[in-house]
Amino acid sequence: MKSAVIVFPGTNREQDAATALEAASGEKTIMVWHRDTEIPAVDLIVVPGGFSYGDYLRAGAMAAHSPILKTVVERARKGTPVLGICNGFQILTETGLLPGVLMRNAGLKFVCRNVHMKVETAQSLFTAGYEAGQVISVPVAHNDGNYFADETTLDRLEGNGQVAFRYVAPSGACEPESNPNGSARAIAGVFNETKTVLGLMPHPENAIDPLHGGIDGRPLFTGLVEALS
Amino acid sequence: MKARIHITLKAGVLDPQGKAIEHALTGLGFAGVSDVRQGKYLEIDLKETDPVRAKTQLDDMCKKLLANTVIENYSIEVAP
Repeated sequence: MKSAVIVFPGTNREQDAATALEAASGEKTIMVWHRDTEIPAVDLIVVPGGFSYGDYLRAGAMAAHSPILKTVVERARKGTPVLGICNGFQILTETGLLPGVLMRNAGLKFVCRNVHMKVETAQSLFTAGYEAGQVISVPVAHNDGNYFADETTLDRLEGNGQVAFRYVAPSGACEPESNPNGSARAIAGVFNETKTVLGLMPHPENAIDPLHGGIDGRPLFTGLVEALS
Repeated sequence: MKARIHITLKAGVLDPQGKAIEHALTGLGFAGVSDVRQGKYLEIDLKETDPVRAKTQLDDMCKKLLANTVIENYSIEVAP
């Protein structure tokens, strides 16, 4: 599986994403700078975490209108899988590739800790390495992760099976205390309609080595490699 | 031509920052404060001199970049 990682000024998890991709695929990841307009032929494009353009105006808003994102959107519309993690998720919602928006955390604090989330479906390129209903532990690190969409959109997402991950307690129960940022319906990650684009706030790339404190993020990458190789 | 743009959260969208400001104002002894909503204010200088064309251009700017219309409303004023 060949993959490209998009890098903006202020991105800070691009090496983590590349490390996770390379560990799973054994292939070198291509880093693409935001001023580039071309992305080489790849099986997967990753928009990684960080604070692109300093989160000016709104998190992800400036990056969403950078030249390279035009290419990402074109590729995504032609079917190339795209994964947006954290700031990458914010960017993908700002481009309209994914529905909804990530608002300021309800508690107004930057949240940096491990959370539990439930895999809502295993029927996607991104979640094929998990089982539906599986509870995994991964870290979050964000200030704007409060997922919001109007009720009609949320109902549509649930109806289409576009909710990928939900914040839960370790038992798998959906409790208010297990939602770290106030996200609507405890949503941690969503797919586009064709399930070829995934955005999520938690960082699976930071849970791939026992030294990270867990390896629950690894199946996301190994599952992708299996599906796309 | 000078333009002023106000961006505010739509009614029904929770505004935790507005709530925190409200609590702080109440804490400072300002009585009777409620429904504080925070937003953004932008000033833009435009070469355009026709107010109608300027407004069209600004409307496009708001839709494309300045506001996220999923959660935000915007209002535009222009002055020579």
